[in-house]
Amino acid sequence: MSENKRLTIADELIRKYVGLIPHVAELGMETVHAARGMAIMKLPYQDRIVGNPDTGVIAGGAVTTLIDTVCGLAVITAPDEPSRVATLDLRIDYLRPATPARDLFARAEVYKLTRHVAFLRAEAYEDDPRDLVAAASGTFMFVRRNAARQKPAKP
Amino acid sequence: MSGTATLADMVRGARETGDLNRFIGAIPYARFLGISASAEGGVLTARLAHSEKIIGNPALPAIHGGVVGAFLETTAILQLLWTLDSIRIPKTITITFDYLRTAGPHDTFARAEVTKLGSRVANVRAYAWQADMAKLVTSANANFLITPAEEA
Repeated sequence: MSENKRLTIADELIRKYVGLIPHVAELGMETVHAARGMAIMKLPYQDRIVGNPDTGVIAGGAVTTLIDTVCGLAVITAPDEPSRVATLDLRIDYLRPATPARDLFARAEVYKLTRHVAFLRAEAYEDDPRDLVAAASGTFMFVRRNAARQKPAKP
Repeated sequence: MSGTATLADMVRGARETGDLNRFIGAIPYARFLGISASAEGGVLTARLAHSEKIIGNPALPAIHGGVVGAFLETTAILQLLWTLDSIRIPKTITITFDYLRTAGPHDTFARAEVTKLGSRVANVRAYAWQADMAKLVTSANANFLITPAEEA
């Protein structure tokens, strides 16, 4: 695939990403920045993602969803041929509670890419990218359903 | 926040009545996702009701992996609250998810086992399935910071 064609497909994937995923659209997540193999997304603070109603702190599970989603965006644009992916595993370290009433951001980066698997690191924070709420690492598998059947490109 | 019952009151109420859903209903995020639970003996089974808003991939279709993860973490916390005689919500330190199969557009169920209960830290394993309990869709392994009953 030509670099121009790759960029067009990747740009379209980035632009459409949030709208393609009903749960992510439902939560009002936004893509803040995306480049090849890296992405930053925002999860707006909202009452329905609160885990502790006494404090207003959001549920750990909402952080998990944000991190899984931002990793997915970083992964799909990483290979030469943008591809659908599936999460293999994801580990999340909760470093401190998220601050109530603040939007949460997460940044993900592919640090190793192989033919079938991408290895990522991700971090979640509010205003300061050095003051982390959570740190994560994950592995994602490329799902190329038609890979075996694909015909070689015509000369 | 509301000036009515605190979360601790809800935990007490749920324990007294044996109705976990009184407590789950007090957690906005669990209510939003559609989580409920029942307890038989000491074993709790949680249910994630299927809905369009938890879909992650409409082409397959499949439930969002983050939602299944959140469901497992919630199940682990509920089982810990049930096992411990505590009213303080355990804090997740680390959690690792293994995504084994696609979670289709159906109800999902989960159980959790407390594998080690220390004085400060509890290790919990949780697993989720759909139609067939032998075919897990996702499993999780987590460490929680807990508060002993006498300090709660």
